[in-house]
Amino acid sequence: MRKGQYRFVAGFLFVPVALYLIFVIWPYVQTFGYSLTDWKGQSQTFKFVGLDNYKALFQDDIFMGAIWHNILFLVFIPVITILLALFFAFMLNAGGRGRAGGVAGVAGSKFYKVVYFFPQVLSLAIMAVLFGAVYRSDSGGMLNGVLIKLGLVDAENPVEWLNEPSLVLWALILVVVWHGVGFYLVLFSAAMQSIPRDIYEAALIDGAGRAQSFFRITLPLLWESVQTAWVYLGIAAMDMFILVSTMTSGDYGGGPDHHSEVMATVMMRNFLLYGKSGYACAMGVIMLLLTLIVSVVMLRATRRDRIEF
Amino acid sequence: MSAPLKETAAVPAQRSAGKTPLRPGDSRTEGVTLNVFSHGFLALWALLIVLPLLWLVLSSFKTDAQIGGSAFGWPETWSLDVFSRAWDKGIGDYFLNTVIVLVFSVPLTMLFGSMAAYVLARYRFWGNRLLYYFFVAGAMFPVFLALVPLFFMVKRLDMLNTYQGLILVYVAYSMPFTVFFMHAFFRTLPTAVYEASILDGASHTRTFFQVMLPMAKPGLLSVGIFNTLGQWNQFILPTVLMQPQSGDDPERYVLTQGLIQLQQQQGYASDLPVLFAGVTIAMIPMLVVYLSFQRQVQAGLTSATLK
Repeated sequence: MRKGQYRFVAGFLFVPVALYLIFVIWPYVQTFGYSLTDWKGQSQTFKFVGLDNYKALFQDDIFMGAIWHNILFLVFIPVITILLALFFAFMLNAGGRGRAGGVAGVAGSKFYKVVYFFPQVLSLAIMAVLFGAVYRSDSGGMLNGVLIKLGLVDAENPVEWLNEPSLVLWALILVVVWHGVGFYLVLFSAAMQSIPRDIYEAALIDGAGRAQSFFRITLPLLWESVQTAWVYLGIAAMDMFILVSTMTSGDYGGGPDHHSEVMATVMMRNFLLYGKSGYACAMGVIMLLLTLIVSVVMLRATRRDRIEF
Repeated sequence: MSAPLKETAAVPAQRSAGKTPLRPGDSRTEGVTLNVFSHGFLALWALLIVLPLLWLVLSSFKTDAQIGGSAFGWPETWSLDVFSRAWDKGIGDYFLNTVIVLVFSVPLTMLFGSMAAYVLARYRFWGNRLLYYFFVAGAMFPVFLALVPLFFMVKRLDMLNTYQGLILVYVAYSMPFTVFFMHAFFRTLPTAVYEASILDGASHTRTFFQVMLPMAKPGLLSVGIFNTLGQWNQFILPTVLMQPQSGDDPERYVLTQGLIQLQQQQGYASDLPVLFAGVTIAMIPMLVVYLSFQRQVQAGLTSATLK
């Protein structure tokens, strides 16, 4: 009997573990090794070069600029998305005629949730085409079209949203926010609904207003979801490959003149276009390290806040 | 905004002897203003979501000149011709490729993911916890970390630009979430049913397939939808793994990849209506899945973040 059980366990685990080892774990491990070589991918031979790739990386202005852009994304994407999502979630759940000052949803809140969440099921490739059209640099673009109609932009020289070094990052942030708000709204909304009504009622008896009940009750009790959202948006901000590589100019994006470059686009260009596999692996390792640091720092930073309440 | 709120807050204490002790006199007007205010914002954001999407669908009926001319204006004709043109121009193939891959990859993901999760959740053996964390940890690392060696691994297996290669890679990369979620699910299933099945003489394998798996249907549905959406929308893995390897190797682009390909070609042969029609075609299945499984989609996707 027991022997049969072990055979069963092993049999069930064999395929999943094998697939996972071959395609996920082993490549992850190999990346570290390759990042120490001058492997070009074409040839089978390569030399061990120690930390040369990493040294080169830190002198690579394009890659350093890319890290800086990732950091900008890291600051703005989570803040804007979370604030908007919290605002809308609060409006949905507490904006109604709040008898208990708390969780009376507005009429049609279900409809709003369905609409807001929809972009989340669309692929980022669709986002890229959609916003490529929205950001068109002539009057045929949605944004320029509207702004020209309103008289805010001169029809003769419309704004080149994706070709203006000072605008391109903001244009990309807007896409991520547009795509993500609905998702985090649903997340926060579910958490808000799980807050027991008696807490709000008790607060009301004690004379708390709406604003007070939001900041003193809703937000602290929601903190765990906010923390999760923060980490996930942070990880997304470290990636950004699809949008940057497809919406901005240049091979694998990053234009104009590397003003929207992120780590992932530099890495993919070095790997797929220049064939510098070892160098690209070193970038992958740096991306992992930064992503891990970001997750840990964000968890730590938000944890301190939580104790205050 | 906050000043009047504070005033109201102070009121109940004084008026507590009134007819409605817990409702300050002005709560109704305040409620109405807030209601109008919140509805205004909510409706505005809903419009900001819907309008660009509708505008894009509408644009696919326009001509190229019309699209370039002005963002406004209605299409002159409502011919569905553009959709068949888009289908012939590659969208059809891309669509089919995606479906072929997903028809195999999603069921295999669910099968292997459930098998591993079930064994890890319900059997005690040496290394169980370790193996579980080993699976779940995969979700923490950015896929970019693995890309270069993964490419050469698939190349060595002679599976670049093949369906089976992409299917296996999709299954492997879907393991962390699937194992995590199904593990949690199998733990909640009652032990009594399992024991009864074993006592009735069913083998472990049979118990799994005929008793436990059917009981896990709600979980399978949520995770299945999550994996379907994730794999349908995957872009980075096919970009690396599904490039034609030689001149006579046919293109086997998936939908996301194909759309981007079409978009990049716009510089040479401008046919924007076809691109927009392609996006519309790509959106329709997602819209259908989303609207029919709306609750599970939201639950499945948001629970994915709550680990």
